[in-house]
Amino acid sequence: MDKEYVGFAALPSQLHRKSVKKGFEFTLMVAGESGLGKSTLINSLFLTDLYKDRLIPDASARLSQTLTIERRGVEIEEEGIKVKLTLVDTPGFGDAVDNGDCWMPVVRFIEEQFEQYLRDESGLNRKNIQDSRVHCCLYFISPFGRGLRPLDVAFLRAVHDKVNIVPVIGKADALTPKETQILKQKIREQLEEQEINIYQFPDCDSDEDEDFKKQDAEMKESIPFAVIGSSTVVRDGATRPVRGRLYPWGAAEVENPHHCDFLNLRRMLVQTHLQDLKEVTHDLLYEGYRARCLQSLARPGARERTGRSKLSRQSATEIPLPMLPLADTEKLIREKDEELRRMQEMLEKMQAQMQQSQGEQSDVL
Amino acid sequence: MAGTSKRSMSPHSSQPSSPRTSSCEMFGYVGIEAVLDQLKIKAMKTGFEFNIMVVGRSGLGKSTMVNTLFKSKVWKSSPVNKLGPLPQTLQLQSVTHTIEEKGVKLKLTVTDTPGFGDQINNDKCWDPILNYINDQYEHYLQEEVLITRQHHIPDTRVHICVYFVPPTGHCLRPLDIEFLRRLCRVVNVVPVIARADSLTLEEREAFRWQIQEDLKKNGIFVYPQKCFDEDTNDKALNDKIREKIPFAVVGADREHIVNGKCVLGRKTKWGIIEAPICRTSKTSPIMFTMKIIEYTD
Repeated sequence: MDKEYVGFAALPSQLHRKSVKKGFEFTLMVAGESGLGKSTLINSLFLTDLYKDRLIPDASARLSQTLTIERRGVEIEEEGIKVKLTLVDTPGFGDAVDNGDCWMPVVRFIEEQFEQYLRDESGLNRKNIQDSRVHCCLYFISPFGRGLRPLDVAFLRAVHDKVNIVPVIGKADALTPKETQILKQKIREQLEEQEINIYQFPDCDSDEDEDFKKQDAEMKESIPFAVIGSSTVVRDGATRPVRGRLYPWGAAEVENPHHCDFLNLRRMLVQTHLQDLKEVTHDLLYEGYRARCLQSLARPGARERTGRSKLSRQSATEIPLPMLPLADTEKLIREKDEELRRMQEMLEKMQAQMQQSQGEQSDVL
Repeated sequence: MAGTSKRSMSPHSSQPSSPRTSSCEMFGYVGIEAVLDQLKIKAMKTGFEFNIMVVGRSGLGKSTMVNTLFKSKVWKSSPVNKLGPLPQTLQLQSVTHTIEEKGVKLKLTVTDTPGFGDQINNDKCWDPILNYINDQYEHYLQEEVLITRQHHIPDTRVHICVYFVPPTGHCLRPLDIEFLRRLCRVVNVVPVIARADSLTLEEREAFRWQIQEDLKKNGIFVYPQKCFDEDTNDKALNDKIREKIPFAVVGADREHIVNGKCVLGRKTKWGIIEAPICRTSKTSPIMFTMKIIEYTD
């Protein structure tokens, strides 16, 4: 038998073309107290002015402000690849005198996105599901504190099992290099102590080259990232103009790896781990939410109906519809059961067809 | 001959029942101005007392600031990695030192407020501070109303409260406003922008202006209060200070060599920030001379 070239080595480029056509969606949440440089950093990261018409409320407006969730969408295109970036902001977080439970609106928002996705997934038309789940949360820690504050710990514990957390130290130009190291160490210790799960970078494969491995290790070492953001350009002496902040005693450059970890953060977020963040959101966090949701809705009456519909992924409960009033739920459950049965039948038919065609193919070969 | 020669000694003696004094011509050198020397010698013997309270969230450089201002290790600031958990309730800690400069002794008491504004719920976190200040006033009053008073009542009243505002660059936070509103009635408050090395010059000016607006809008009167201006000279000097409030400060307790001289500063990868540059040099002499004299009134 001569060596045949089947051609599935071209599959990755097909995938590539398809994804490019489809475009990417990414939802990024920024959280943290006001005044830590969140908006400036976002503008620097994506080189857009997402906050053009922002009005910063003055002190008296702040007194009566409660936490709101704001969404901003922007389409970014680079070399033909489109990214639909949604930014979720949390103005008013941690600003009040009494910040008890101020993270509840954020938690609710994240769960609502999961719920929306769950419904869409269990619906009829699953082709164009809009993925509005939060893929990554950049949590800003103040450089002036002594590590994580009680509010930081409370927020992180409330969301660490629902979203990928990337801790970031904002306004890092307030710290000397030694202070930065000490603060990072303290934060890492506190995160471990409080058992907060932040986003873990996957280990790179053993067959990657040394440079990549070194870069990867460096990146992991520098978590939490100490960043500086700026939308102004400075000229430092005779060198070329760079983005940075100009002080009387020098210019802190945003993209200088000796000055801050901005480049690392950008590389991680956009260049190397964008897809991984989405996958972890889908495979780990969303599945966790789904499991919790279904388990909590397993009612005693439901167990009787388990004989009829067995889902392949989950054992013995119906599709939950947590938001609807109880009277309609029964009817909807029955309808959904019917739908499911029909879909099961279709699936079985398709599987049988595929098996048949595979059998034919192997016969030919 | 002698006639009516009542000379007015103090510039602000406006008791309603004092007899009208008229200035009269002096025929020769009497030596009254030697009184100033006598006062000076007396003051140097008894020394001065000054009580500062520093309030602000942890990590804003309060202790470093106090050390820089008095150019001595008044307060030992604890390094970040050795700190234990934050105290649950606000506990005030006082430290007293006697420092001396050119023969003048100053008994300095610094009261720190660790744990202020660090909890999730900071409601009423100003109560311990208010209680402490009122307790000191109460104590002094008790000593004053005694029949046999001490020759020199030890003054533990808080003379000035320095409030550290975090350099967000936006505006005052609700906690800042609540605190300042309550405290400006009982003690001289001076708001200060902490860790000002994280703001560029434009940001600093914008922030300062915003804070001044916020203070005006909320009816917060900081030291030097306009109602205590006595004459036009005072007013002119105070106005200059008022323009600059809140002072933007940077504290440093490490020494670095810059251009051959040894200065206190913070060394970053893009430059060395010298502590005197950020307007702290204006605060120290002015604060001292004005506070110590005016405040005891």
